[in-house]
Amino acid sequence: MNARAARNVSWFSWIVIVIGAIYFLAPLVGTFAYSLTALRDQLSFAAYQRAFADPKFVESFVYSNLLAVATIIASVLLIVPTTYWVHLYLPKLRPVVEAISLLPFVIPAITLVFGYIRVYSRPVDVLGIDLIPPLLSTSASTNIVLVAGYTVLSMPYMYRAVDNGLRAIDVRRLTEAAQSLGAGWGTILFRVILPNLRTALLSGALLTFAIVVGELTLATFLGIPAFGPYLQQLGQHKAYEPSALTIVSFLLTWVAMVLISFVTRGDTRSAAGTH
Amino acid sequence: MAFVELHQVQKNFATATAVENFNLDVERGEFVSFLGPSGCGKTTTLRMIAGFEVPSSGTIRLNGADVTNLPPNKRNVGMVFQSYALFPNMTVAENIAFGMTVARKPKEEITKRVDEMLRLIHLPQLGNRYPYQLSGGQQQRVALARALAIQPQVLLLDEPLSALDAKIRVSLRQEIRAIQRTLGITTIYVTHDQEEAMSLSDRIVVMSNGRMEQVGTPFEIYNFPKTQFVASFVGTLNQLQARVSDAASGKLDVEGQTIYAAKPFEKMTGETVAIALRPEMIDLDGSGESEENHLQGTVEDTTFLGSIVRTRVRLRDSIISFDTFNNPNLTLPRASEKITMSFPRDAVLILEQNAAPVQA
Ligand SMILES: Nc1ncnc2c1ncn2[C@@H]1O[C@H](COP(=O)(O)OP(=O)(O)OP(=O)(O)O)[C@@H](O)[C@H]1O
Ligand SMILES: [Mg+2]
Repeated sequence: MNARAARNVSWFSWIVIVIGAIYFLAPLVGTFAYSLTALRDQLSFAAYQRAFADPKFVESFVYSNLLAVATIIASVLLIVPTTYWVHLYLPKLRPVVEAISLLPFVIPAITLVFGYIRVYSRPVDVLGIDLIPPLLSTSASTNIVLVAGYTVLSMPYMYRAVDNGLRAIDVRRLTEAAQSLGAGWGTILFRVILPNLRTALLSGALLTFAIVVGELTLATFLGIPAFGPYLQQLGQHKAYEPSALTIVSFLLTWVAMVLISFVTRGDTRSAAGTH
Repeated sequence: MAFVELHQVQKNFATATAVENFNLDVERGEFVSFLGPSGCGKTTTLRMIAGFEVPSSGTIRLNGADVTNLPPNKRNVGMVFQSYALFPNMTVAENIAFGMTVARKPKEEITKRVDEMLRLIHLPQLGNRYPYQLSGGQQQRVALARALAIQPQVLLLDEPLSALDAKIRVSLRQEIRAIQRTLGITTIYVTHDQEEAMSLSDRIVVMSNGRMEQVGTPFEIYNFPKTQFVASFVGTLNQLQARVSDAASGKLDVEGQTIYAAKPFEKMTGETVAIALRPEMIDLDGSGESEENHLQGTVEDTTFLGSIVRTRVRLRDSIISFDTFNNPNLTLPRASEKITMSFPRDAVLILEQNAAPVQA
């Protein structure tokens, strides 16, 4: 009877897996198939060639990549020292900081961007003194606002990654050991803490990358020619190219995922041995 | 002038006072242990010497200089933790070299010193391993080498052997002592294991509840515990309550029987005092010299412990145990047999109250 029950269960799980696979893969397969039919009566990669040939594609893609890199740097500089400090001296505040890091899931990007537009279109003044010039008046300084916004959007992922990384090492003891050997804060951060966060930072960075490169709302409303808005416009004017680029961006995401799991696996052994 | 001086050191946390009224002079090259039960403030005191905690009041001097408020990275103090705390991203050699690279020492000097240290801890082949590839004992030796590599003024160790199993604990403890002797480095060692403290230290500071109970050589601590706390924490002394019959002649009344202490003591007749009897100085009554003390009681049980036999004897209310060396011709006392024990006067120790409360 047990064997039959087990067989029933495995039947059931197979059905679930198949339904799930169809649900996820069918649109992809469909999109891929459609992207190959840009030329009448034959299958070809013409849609891909045309998409890649558009100078606007290259421009916006490179632009978004630069934004992603800037965001990753800003977010590492913000989140690593903060999280480290919380681990070291304010462990009780960890739930609070975690809740703050999750705010982007609660507050939609559209709210964030209209807040930015309201605040930064004019100079920011405190008690009548202009503290910050109107950042949104030039496109160069608009980038600053955009990167700041992306840093906020990537916070849930980056914070979680860094928090996990720090939890895997004995932050407090390592810091004290380094201090007693004469190290100051800079040395401790760069030679002891960051190297042990390599894996965590890499996965946080890849996720940040994926978010920034595809982001639409902030870029559109701040009027930045990034990759997200470009894809959207393409979708309104062309038939086959958007499918081709969708497939390409899926592939990029998958490559990123494989990279993450690959790098992470190489590290678990050493992390397990450090207790 | 002592090499490490703690003067009236006190540490209050929000919730509790961890250390108070702490005064200690450690001589250059001395090995001092802090011994006491969990939560008595050993770690806190050590951390104040290292600079990880700032005393609420009092001063700490190292080699004559006031370091009370100096940050830990300016103190040149070596620290070894219970959890090893090796840097997981660095090899053994890099771990040992860390302090010297931070100090920007020349490369050749660093290499030379790392080799020297690896030989000192008997792991000359393991420089290129990572910490996770080492056993606990090896990791702790590397941590010791890392702390010693910077040639610290003082070496501080916080229960360095607690995470290791019994055999390695004993061998590593001998190694630590040997290395300490060779280098002549001033060392402060925290432990709650009395055997460890006894076997390693030049002097022991017994602590309880944030206070020093007694400071002395292992011999003094073991043989002449000053307070009830020390007597019960160190060794296996019998503790009894006695009434003073005549302080001037050292005469005491123990549950209706009379014994004498070796020396007169300052107590009022009729007062109750805590006394301790050392089990290895008690004999089954044989010859009975006139000077000796005698106590009569009923045997509760005997326990065979290999080289010694421990007998527990009930007086009226309390129980005394004493040890006899095992030998094949020994006739063991039987349970509920009435026997007389004898012991010399200097087996009787008069104990003080536990650490005097701080004078306000
Ligand atoms: N950071 C802190 N905040 C509040 N109280 C503390 C702190 N550190 C230690 N204490 C308290 O101070 C007292 C002494 O602690 P300490 O760690 O020095 O004890 P210990 O003798 O090292 O004990 P153990 O053998 O368990 O390590 C304890 O009651 C502890 O709860
Ligand atoms: Mg402790």
